[in-house]
Amino acid sequence: MTLLSIRDLSIALPLGADRLYAAKNINFDLASGEILCIVGESGSGKSMSANAVMGLLPQGVEPDSGSITFDGQSILDLSENELLKLRGSRISMIFQEPLSALNPLMRVGAQISEVFEAHGALTGAERRARALKLLDEVGIPDPEAAIRAYPFQLSGGQRQRVMIAMALALEPDILIADEPTTALDVTTQAQILALIEDLRKKRGMAVIFITHDFGVVADIADRVIVMKKGEIVEAGRAPDVLLNPQHPYTRALIDAIPRLTKTEPVEEVERAPLLKVEGLQKTFSTGSGTLFGKRRVVKAVQDVSFDLYAGETIGIVGESGSGKSTVGRCLVRLLHPDGGRVLMDGVDIAHMSGAELHAQRRKLQMIFQDPFSSLNPRARVSRILTEGMIAYGMPDKEAKAKARELLELVGLDETAMKRFPHEFSGGQRQRIGIARALALEPAIIIADEAVSALDVSIQAQVLDLLAELKERLHLSMLFITHDLRVAARICDRIIVMQKGQIVEAGPVNKVLHDPDTAYTSSLLEAIPGQDYERSLAAANKG
Amino acid sequence: MKSFWTRFSYNRGAVIGLVILTLVIATAILAPFLFPQSPWKMVQRPFLPPFTQDGLPLGTDALGRNVLSGLAHGAYVSLLVGLVSTIVALAIGVPVGAAAGYFAGRTDDALMRFTEFFQTIPSFALAIVLLAIFQPSLTFVIIAISIVSWPPVARLVRGEVLSLRTREFVEAASLSGLGNLQIILRHILPNALPPIIVLASLMVAQAILLESSLSFLGLGDPNIMSWGYMIGAARTVIRTAWWLSFLPGMAILLTVLALNLIGEGLNDALNPRLTRKSE
Repeated sequence: MTLLSIRDLSIALPLGADRLYAAKNINFDLASGEILCIVGESGSGKSMSANAVMGLLPQGVEPDSGSITFDGQSILDLSENELLKLRGSRISMIFQEPLSALNPLMRVGAQISEVFEAHGALTGAERRARALKLLDEVGIPDPEAAIRAYPFQLSGGQRQRVMIAMALALEPDILIADEPTTALDVTTQAQILALIEDLRKKRGMAVIFITHDFGVVADIADRVIVMKKGEIVEAGRAPDVLLNPQHPYTRALIDAIPRLTKTEPVEEVERAPLLKVEGLQKTFSTGSGTLFGKRRVVKAVQDVSFDLYAGETIGIVGESGSGKSTVGRCLVRLLHPDGGRVLMDGVDIAHMSGAELHAQRRKLQMIFQDPFSSLNPRARVSRILTEGMIAYGMPDKEAKAKARELLELVGLDETAMKRFPHEFSGGQRQRIGIARALALEPAIIIADEAVSALDVSIQAQVLDLLAELKERLHLSMLFITHDLRVAARICDRIIVMQKGQIVEAGPVNKVLHDPDTAYTSSLLEAIPGQDYERSLAAANKG
Repeated sequence: MKSFWTRFSYNRGAVIGLVILTLVIATAILAPFLFPQSPWKMVQRPFLPPFTQDGLPLGTDALGRNVLSGLAHGAYVSLLVGLVSTIVALAIGVPVGAAAGYFAGRTDDALMRFTEFFQTIPSFALAIVLLAIFQPSLTFVIIAISIVSWPPVARLVRGEVLSLRTREFVEAASLSGLGNLQIILRHILPNALPPIIVLASLMVAQAILLESSLSFLGLGDPNIMSWGYMIGAARTVIRTAWWLSFLPGMAILLTVLALNLIGEGLNDALNPRLTRKSE
C-alpha cells in the first residue's frame, strides 16, 4: 500500500544561492513498513526533500511544482493548522544532533508528555505511563530514572533513543530520520539501527532514512534513492543499487566507503622511538566538592603508554568518552597531563612550560575535527598559514612563499591565500587545516577525528592526501578516530582504548582481523555494512 | 561589506536613526560657523517665544540668549561627551574583560570582583560623588561617566572571550606558537567585535543622558552650554515658557532614540543569524 507519493517535486532556493533548485523533479513512493534510504553528500538536497514532506522548509525556500500526497491528502495544499495536526501524529522526525534537538531545561518525561499534550491526547497520569512505556520500548535502561533526567545527564545514544521515543509517541505512519546516527560512535550506531529496524517490524511503520554512509544503507534499506545536486540519479531496490550500481556517481560513493581491507604489513625495523609515552594520566573533576554537591572525578586517561616510531601511523580508536582525544590533547599540551612522561628526542615535554615548551611545540602539530570551527572566520588563509611561521621567527616574505608551497602541497590554488575560510567547502577547509599543521615542519602530526565531519567521498580524498604527505614528508602520525574503517585505511598500528585505558594494541591486521579482546570484537561487529562487504567481495570474485 | 549595508538598511528604523544622527553631527560641526557668537551672549529680550522674530527662530531664554544657538553648541558637547566617554570606557572594559575571560581562574575572580565593586554602586550616584570630588570641568565629566560605564563592557567581553577561547581555531593558534597577547588581539577580539560595537552604540546614548542629567543638576562644566544645562536653567519657568525645557528635551530624545535605533540596526547587520532564520 502506498502511503506517501511524491511526484515531480521541485523546491526552489532563494535567488543568489549556488543553484536554482534545492531539489528538482523528485519522484518516489513509500509503502508502509518500508525503509527508504536517501543517500547523497551534504548539499545534495536530501534533507530538503524530507523537510518538504513535514512542511518544514526554511524561510525563502518553497516548493515550486509537483505534489506530495500522503494518505490521500495533498500536503502542499494543507494550511499550517492542518499541518500541525499531521506533524508528530502521522509523520514524525528525528534529527542528527539529539542534544540540540532536545530542550536542555526540560526533563525527559515532560518532553515526551508534551507531544501528547500538543495533540490533546490522554490525561496527565496516562501521559506519564505512556512515556515510561515508550522509554522502555526504545531500550533505555531504568526508564523510571530516565524520565526524571535532563538531556545532559544522558549519553548521546540515550538522547537519540529519547528523540525516537518522542517521535513514536503518537504512533506515526512515517518516521523521517535525518542522519540520526552520524553523531554517534559505531557501537551506539549499531544499536540505534537495530532499534529502528525492530520498531519498523513491530509497528509496520514506514521509515525515510537520510544518510551519507553506504554501510548504514546496506544494513537497513529496502529501497535506495541516490541524490546529487538536487536530482535523483539512481533509485531502486537496495540489493540492486548496492551490488549493481548503474550511475557513475553511485559507484563513486560506494568506492569511497572506507573498508576493513588488509594492508601490506610494514617491515619491522629496530629503531629508536620518536615519541615515547609513559604512564600518561589525566583526571578531570567537576564541582568544587566543598559546599554544593559531590565532587565528580573522571579518570579520562589512566596509565597510557606507547611508542611512536618515525614514519609510522598509529590509530587510537575507541567509543566517545574513551579518552582517546584527551591523549592527543595532552601530547600537544593543550591539556596538562597529571602524570607520566612524554619523551620526544629524549626530552620530557609533558611538564615543560614557557620558552622550552615553545621551542618543542613546533615538532608536534595537530589537525582538528571540525573544519568549520578550527579556522578563524575573520582571518584570511594567508594569515592562518603564515602566523605560526612568523611566530617562530621566519621573515614575512619567506613565510608567504612557504604558505603558497603548502597550499599547492595540499592541492589548493595559490589564489586561496587572499580568501576567507567561509569561501571554502568543508573538504577544502580541512586541507587548509592540514597545511597549517605542516607549516611548522613538525615531525609528528596528531589528527583528532580529522575526517569524521566530512562526507565519505571527501573523506577518501583527505585520507589519500594524508597518506601521500606522510610518505613524502616522512611524518609520523597519531590518528585518533572512532571509525575503525578509517583507521584500517591509514594506520600501521592500532591502539584500542576503553574508559581511559588501553585495552589492546598491535599491528593493524592483527587488531582488526584477529582481535584478542572482546571489546575490540564488539567494536568490529558494530561496523555497518559488513554483510554487504562480503557479498560485494563475492560478487567481484565471481 | 555590501551585505553589511543591505542587512543594515533592511531595518528601516536604523536608517532613520542614521539620518537623525547625521543631522545632529552636522549641526555640531557647523555650530561655530552658523553661530559664531558665544551661545552665552544676550541677544534679545528674555522669553521671546519661537517663530516671533526673524533671526531667532526658536526665541530666547530667561536671560535673552539665542535658544537655537544653544541647541547647536549643545549638540557638540553632547556628542563629544558621548563619544569620548564611550571610547574611554571601552579602553578600560575591553582589556579587563579580555584578561578575565582568557586567563580565567584567579585572574578572572580578582578582575570580576573589582568590576562588581563598581557595578554594585548605582552609577548615577557614583558619577555625582566623583564630580563633587573633582572640579566640574568637561574633562572630569567625561572621566566620571567613563568610570561608571565600563563594567558592563568588561562583563560582555569576558563572556564572549570565555566562549571563544575553547574554540578550535584558538587552540590551533596556541599550537602554532603564538603568545597569549597575539591570540587575544588577533584571534579572539576580532570575533568578539560585533556585540561590542552594538553595546558601544548604546553606551554613547547612555553617556549623553548621563551628561544631561549631571548638567541638569548643575554638576556639569559651568562654562559650556549643554542640553542638560538648558533644561535645568529653564525648569523654574516651565509654566510660563515651557518650550525652553521642551526643545532641548526633544534634542536629547531624538539623539538618544537615533543611537538606539542604530544599535538595533547594527545588531541585525552584525549578527544576521540571530535575526533571520537562515542565511
